[in-house]
Amino acid sequence: MKITGAEIFLESLKREGVKTLFALPGGVVLKIFDVLHQQKDINVILTRHEQGAGHMAEGYAKATGKAGVALVTSGPGMTNVITALTDAYMDSVPLVCFSGQVTTALIGNDAFQEADNVGLSRPCTKYNFLVKDVNDLAVTIKEAFYIATTGRPGPVLVDIPKDVSMNKADFKYPGSVSIRGYNPTYEGNKWQIKQAAEAIAKARKPVLYVGGGVIFSGATEELIELAELTQIPVDMTLMALGGFPGDHPLSMGMMGMHGTYWANMAVHYSDLVIAVGARFDDRVTGKVSEFCPYAKVIHIDIDPTSIRKNVHVDIPIVGDCKRVLQELIRVLKASANGDLTSLRKPWMDQIAEWKRAHPLAYEQDPQGAIKPQHLIQRLYDLTKDRDPIVSTDVGQHQMWTAQFFKLAKPRRWLTSGGLGTMGFGFPAALGAQAAFPDKLVLCVAGDGSVQMNAQELATAVVHKLPVKVFVINNRFHGMVRQWQDLFYEGRYASSFLDVYPDFVKLAEAYGAVGLRPSKVSDIDDTIREALAVNQPVVVDVPVDQYENCYPMIPAGGCNHEMILADPPELKKKQTADARVATQDGDTVLTA
Amino acid sequence: MEHIISVLVENKFGALSRVAGLFSGRGFNIESLSVAPTIDPSVSLMTVVTSGDDRIIEQIVKQLNKLIDVIKVVDLNDSEFVARETALIKVQTRAEDRAEALRITDIFRGNVIDSTATTYTIEVTGDAKKIDAILNLLQPLGIKELARTGRVAIAREPIRPVVAQPKRVART
Ligand SMILES: Cc1ncc(C[n+]2csc(CCOP(=O)(O)OP(=O)(O)O)c2C)c(N)n1
Repeated sequence: MKITGAEIFLESLKREGVKTLFALPGGVVLKIFDVLHQQKDINVILTRHEQGAGHMAEGYAKATGKAGVALVTSGPGMTNVITALTDAYMDSVPLVCFSGQVTTALIGNDAFQEADNVGLSRPCTKYNFLVKDVNDLAVTIKEAFYIATTGRPGPVLVDIPKDVSMNKADFKYPGSVSIRGYNPTYEGNKWQIKQAAEAIAKARKPVLYVGGGVIFSGATEELIELAELTQIPVDMTLMALGGFPGDHPLSMGMMGMHGTYWANMAVHYSDLVIAVGARFDDRVTGKVSEFCPYAKVIHIDIDPTSIRKNVHVDIPIVGDCKRVLQELIRVLKASANGDLTSLRKPWMDQIAEWKRAHPLAYEQDPQGAIKPQHLIQRLYDLTKDRDPIVSTDVGQHQMWTAQFFKLAKPRRWLTSGGLGTMGFGFPAALGAQAAFPDKLVLCVAGDGSVQMNAQELATAVVHKLPVKVFVINNRFHGMVRQWQDLFYEGRYASSFLDVYPDFVKLAEAYGAVGLRPSKVSDIDDTIREALAVNQPVVVDVPVDQYENCYPMIPAGGCNHEMILADPPELKKKQTADARVATQDGDTVLTA
Repeated sequence: MEHIISVLVENKFGALSRVAGLFSGRGFNIESLSVAPTIDPSVSLMTVVTSGDDRIIEQIVKQLNKLIDVIKVVDLNDSEFVARETALIKVQTRAEDRAEALRITDIFRGNVIDSTATTYTIEVTGDAKKIDAILNLLQPLGIKELARTGRVAIAREPIRPVVAQPKRVART
C-alpha cells in the first residue's frame, strides 16, 4: 500500500525510536504536522522559536545520548535553526533536523519562503540531504540517523519539499545502511596502544586531558579504571564535565581559560599528556606553541582530523575512546608496571601543593551583596543528592558553574562549548526535561543570555517542563565587562544592560513561578522553595555586579600564566563605579 | 610545497561544493581543481592542486577523507606520478606572425584547432612547465584568450624489478 511522504516521515521516526520532536510549523510542512496531530507515539513539543527547537533537541540528545530531532519550516524557519545546528556541529551533538522546502518544481525560483537549506547548512552539518523523490525518503531518514549518531556524532539536515511530503510511495524501512565513503574507525591500532601503555608506565608527571568524546562514547567507567589503575590525575575540558566524577580524588576539575590553577599547572609541567576525546581547542591550550612544552602527547580520538590539527602528537590513536581505553587497560594490566603510586607520589604532592596555594575561592560577606559563586555553591550543596541535570548559558555564570558544580556523572551537563551560544541554556534544559520528566533539571543562566530565548517560557509552561532557572543577574554582559575591565581599561562599551526585565514578573506573565532572594541569608530557602514547586520556576538572583571569574588565562596566553584575582587598580575603579550605581537609586542590586 | 591530490567522490549534486567549501572554509589553497566522471558513472574523480607544509597537507587529506561523499583520497606526491594539463590558447596573429605561431605550435607538438584570418586557436597538452613555456613564447604575438583545464594526474605504476624466474620444467 502506498502512503504519503508525511506518513513515511512518521513511520520512519517511529522505527528510529523517536519519542519527542521539537517543532514549529509553517506552510510547506503542514502535511507533516497534520499527520503528527493524528497520532500518539511521538510527543510534539511546539516551541516559540526554531532556535529554541534546535537547542531543545540538543539538550535532549546530550542528556540521553540519542539523536535529538527537530522539525522546522522553510525559509525563516530554517535560518532560525542555523545557530543550533552550528552549535551541535561544534560540540558533536547528534541531531536530525528536518526542514520544509518549497515544492520541487519551484526550487531555485525565489519562491515564497524559499531558502537554499542545503547550501545554508552545508558548513554547519555533518551531512545534509535534499529529498527530491518520495521514494527516497525512508532510506534518507535512515541514513540521516545513522550518520548523526555514529563516528563523531553531529547534526544532519533533511530538507523535504512540500510535494515530497504529499506524494505517495510504498513504505519499506531499511534495516541497515552502508555508505561507502563513511567508515568510522572504532578499534585503535594495537601497536600504538602498546606504545601508549609503555609511555604511561614510564611517565613521572602524567596528566589525563579528557574532552567531550569521553561522554559520547560512554567511556566514563573505563576512564575511572584507567586513572585509578595508573594513578593519573584527570583534567577535564568544559565539555567533559561529569565524564569523570568531579569529587573523585584524582579529579583536577576543569582546565583551560577559566580552569583551576592546579589543572592548568599540571598540564603545563606534565611529562606525558594523554588526550582522550578532546581536540586541543584554543580555550584549552592557550598559546598553542607553548602548550604542555615538556610533555610527550598521546591523543585518542575517533576523528582523525582532530589529531595533529594544532599540536604535535607523539602517539596518535584513532578510535572510539571507550574501546581504546579498554584495550589500553588490558595491556597495562598484562604488563608488570611496578609500584605506580610511589612513582607518582612527588607529582601528586606537587599538585596538592598547587591546589593548596590557589584554591577556587571567593569571599561571601554575610551582610553584603550575593556572590554568584556562593549561589552556585549552595545550589550544588542543596541538590547534589538528587543527581540533577545542569544546563548553563554562556558567560561568567557558565564558568562559575563549571568550577563549583562538581558533577558526579556523565550526561548531566548541558553547555555550549565550541560555539559559546548565549541563549542555549534554557531551551537545552527544557529538552533534557522532556526526555526525563521526573528528573531535577537546573538551568544556571545569565541575565543577558536568558533573554535570547526567554520566549520558551511559554513552551515550558504549556508542556509542563518544570525546569528551575537561576538567573545570575549582574545587570551586565558580565563576561564582556570582565574583558573590558582587564583589557580595555574598564570602558564598559555596550556591556551594561541598563533596562532589564523584572524576571519574576516575566516568569509570572508566562504562568511560571518567579522568585527572588533579596539577601544572602535568603538563598537556601529560595532554592528549597524553587525545588519544591512542580512547575517551571525562574529565580532572579541579584548578585555582586563586579565579581570577576578567576583564574583566567588571557586569550593567547600560556597555561601557567594565570590571572588569579582582580588587579589592585581595577578594585579601586569598581568601588567608585558601585557608588555611582547606588546613587542612581539602584535598589534591586544592593541587598 | 605543491601537492596534487586525487579524490574519488560520489557523483552526486553537492559533492563538488562540499569539497570546494572545505577548502574555502578552512583557508586551504586551491591552485586548480578538475572534475570528471570515471568509468563507473556513480563516481567522479577530482584532481586538486594545492600547496602547504606537511601539517596542512595532512589536514587536507584527513578533512577530505572525513567528507561523507568522498570515497578515496590519494596524495599523489607520496609516490611517482604523471600530471598533464591542456590549454586552449587563442592567439591574435598579424599576417607576419602567422608562420611564427605555427612554428611555436609545432615545437610544442600542439595543434591548431580553429583558425580565422586574424587568430589561431592552439591546443597544447603537457606538464605545467611546458604550458608556461609556450605561453611565454606566444605572449609577444598577443594572447587574446586562454582556457586551461587545470592539472589531472595519475600515479605511475611501480616498476617491478626484473628477476630471473626459475625455469619451468615441463613434466612429462
Ligand atoms: C549569541 C551570542 N552573542 C554574543 C556573545 C558574546 N558574549 C559572550 S559572554 C557575553 C555576556 C553574557 O552575559 P550574561 O548572559 O549576562 O552572563 P554573565 O557573563 O553576566 O554571567 C557575550 C555578550 C555570545 N557568546 N553569544
